[in-house]
Amino acid sequence: MTEISADPIRVTHNWGSNEARRRVKARYTADRRLQFYGIAAIGTAMALLAVLFTSLIHAGIAAFTTTKVELDIFLDPAQIDREKPAKANYRKLVRGAFKSYFPDVKSRSQERQLYGIMSNGADYILRDYVVGNTDKIGQTVKILVPVSDPFDQLYKRIIPRRIDALSIDRIALFNALRQQGVLSVVDGSGVVRTTVYVDPGKVPSEGGLEAADYDAMVKEGLRSLFLKEYSRSYEEIVSDAAAGKLKALVAADPSLVGKTIDVDLPLAANYDNLLQTGQATMRNPRFSSDDEFVWFDSLEARGLIANPFSWELFFNADSRFPELAGLMGALSGSFLALLVCFLLSFPIGIATAVYLEEFAPKNRITDIIEVNINNLAAVPSVVFGLLGLALFLNTFGMPRSAPLVGGMVLALMTLPTIIVATRAALKAVPPSIREAALGVGASKQQVTMHHVLPLAMPGILTGTIIGLAQALGETAPLLLIGMNAFIPSIENIGLTQPAMALPTQIFSWADSPERGFVSRTSAAILVLLGFLIVMNLIAVYLRSKLERKW
Amino acid sequence: MQQLPIGATKMLSTVKPLLAETAAETKITARGVSVFYGEKQALFDVDVDIPKNSVMAFIGPSGCGKSTFLRCINRMNDTIPIARTEGTITIDGRDIDDPELDVVELRARVGMVFQKPNPFPKSIYENVAYGPRIHGLANSKSELDGIVENSLRRAGLMKEVHDRMNEPGTGLSGGQQQRLCIARAIATSPDVMLMDEPCSALDPIATARVEELIDELRESLTIIIVTHSMQQAARVSQRTAFFHLGKLVEESETTTMFRNPSDQRTQDYITGRFG
Repeated sequence: MTEISADPIRVTHNWGSNEARRRVKARYTADRRLQFYGIAAIGTAMALLAVLFTSLIHAGIAAFTTTKVELDIFLDPAQIDREKPAKANYRKLVRGAFKSYFPDVKSRSQERQLYGIMSNGADYILRDYVVGNTDKIGQTVKILVPVSDPFDQLYKRIIPRRIDALSIDRIALFNALRQQGVLSVVDGSGVVRTTVYVDPGKVPSEGGLEAADYDAMVKEGLRSLFLKEYSRSYEEIVSDAAAGKLKALVAADPSLVGKTIDVDLPLAANYDNLLQTGQATMRNPRFSSDDEFVWFDSLEARGLIANPFSWELFFNADSRFPELAGLMGALSGSFLALLVCFLLSFPIGIATAVYLEEFAPKNRITDIIEVNINNLAAVPSVVFGLLGLALFLNTFGMPRSAPLVGGMVLALMTLPTIIVATRAALKAVPPSIREAALGVGASKQQVTMHHVLPLAMPGILTGTIIGLAQALGETAPLLLIGMNAFIPSIENIGLTQPAMALPTQIFSWADSPERGFVSRTSAAILVLLGFLIVMNLIAVYLRSKLERKW
Repeated sequence: MQQLPIGATKMLSTVKPLLAETAAETKITARGVSVFYGEKQALFDVDVDIPKNSVMAFIGPSGCGKSTFLRCINRMNDTIPIARTEGTITIDGRDIDDPELDVVELRARVGMVFQKPNPFPKSIYENVAYGPRIHGLANSKSELDGIVENSLRRAGLMKEVHDRMNEPGTGLSGGQQQRLCIARAIATSPDVMLMDEPCSALDPIATARVEELIDELRESLTIIIVTHSMQQAARVSQRTAFFHLGKLVEESETTTMFRNPSDQRTQDYITGRFG
């Protein structure tokens, strides 16, 4: 044994020196800095997530309720055949009941506007109610029917009654005119002063002054005001009466023909309002008359409007009318597609992984297979969609838009995820367990089936659920095989029936112009996220529940 | 006789007196056994005879090939893709590489206990019942229960676990786990037991219990034990083989080996000059 103090390599170090203390301090600072970076990164991620959820919930919460109007309907046995309750004219019944709230409305056009407050699907709701409750025929029932989308949105304060009539660039145009000083108010109405050349060329030889094109003259004249910014929008600044006013002037004094005159042309109504009151609004074009507001307000005042939870969102099929559109078709399509995906990818994925990990000889061929499987996980999903389109639909002639094909395409996508996760889980099983089993004389297959696979199962299930969660949110491959069909009925649900899936439903709603689909889209995203969260929670639960300690 | 350090002499006092029938029949015979891991040769031309119903200890410094040789005897090295074995090993005169001989059956008849206790993450009962079950050794549930009980009793664990047979084997203490592994190995009624440093992860009291057990099992089993502890080799074995750098340096009766080694390397190792 050599003496430690005699070691020539050993140097004396003063742990108490300033230098040493500085180094310790610097190390603590570095530790804290690293911790700060970590916390900052997590904070940023959480903040972004919070923004995402807040905006989704803010936009989507409205879709979880439906504005409904209460109707008192007498189920007239004279109109409803007890034997064939589905055949009656329910539209007439519903409209009659609704009309009875407004005895003053007489004209056909007003009636049409009045019925527009109710959803188009109101008669089907009554029909379904009567078919389900035939004993109520002959009685007066109270039922709630949804109001049409604009009134639903109006009641939820999502759209206003009046909107700005003029766009920002129109207002800029107006302000430019105001700066030129050509706008004024004469006799209570706004006018624009412009120079008009009464062009003899626009006075036809036949008809004379009476048939002259004053409109063109006005437009020519207005153009002089907008030399710099030529735009067609200048034409709408004057009202339709402008040409008439010019015509009256020329008729009164025919000598004006061929001369250039200054005239005050009347402003169009919106610009007139803007000039005189400082703002220009108009009725929201989603509504057809102000009467509709009066009627709706009166319904509300009578307490006939309610806003209950929207079970329709979950249990209705898709519809062109947002107030009736629901997710049932999409949920069932997604469920069937995921079922097919699971049934295909789970056994195939596990078998592949077990063979590659436990049995396959390590050589060039298995290396190539391994690399390719890992690469498959990185292939864009739309490519799998194209493959499904070319192979399953075109070559094999399988049905279009069907959950069966959707599930097969999703399985292609999920397989690499499951294989990679399974292999990782198999690798994580400690070799001592394999040795123990081999040591008591278990064959390779018994070692795998009795010991390795059960121990790897939590990891495999976690990987599978994560793969399925990915598949649930996948849109592109489903679009390519047509799983964005419009399915307004949930009667034909099946593996080979046309269907849609949650993400394609979101895609199609996001594409729809009706205002109600905006909140429906966000609500559908929330439902999808809800399912994803549930699936991930199941994965976490399985991992903690099944995981064995050794 | 060379002068041994005091500790070594003291140690020898614990060696069990040899049985009269030491020159008993040979159970395992190895001739010219070499093992290669890829290009590297780990074991060089080992010849050894292992007598029946006795304990043989393999000692030697780390990486000397003693575990490698042990794993040849139940062909565990076959599970390593790059390992290649040459030479012949016979058990009861039968070549273990005989293509007629099923390797799974061989491993059932040659039990193995590992360095780290490795019970299956299943119940105590299932741990012991697994071997008999896959080999079809029991025809009924009661027969299987009998095998399990008997194995646990022989492993000296029955008293401690009889009321918690359905609790996980991984919940036992380290020493109990190792005795559970021994019970698991004897459940398939082997006639050879390989032990790869069975006590290196155990405390002294648990070690003593396992050593007692080895001594009891010797009556019906041929036991080969790899150990780092020379005291343990001296305590439990009748014969000892010393491995160094992949070669079998010396093999003789344990008392002779520790009192009067014939090779200088053995002398150096057991007196603690290297290792």
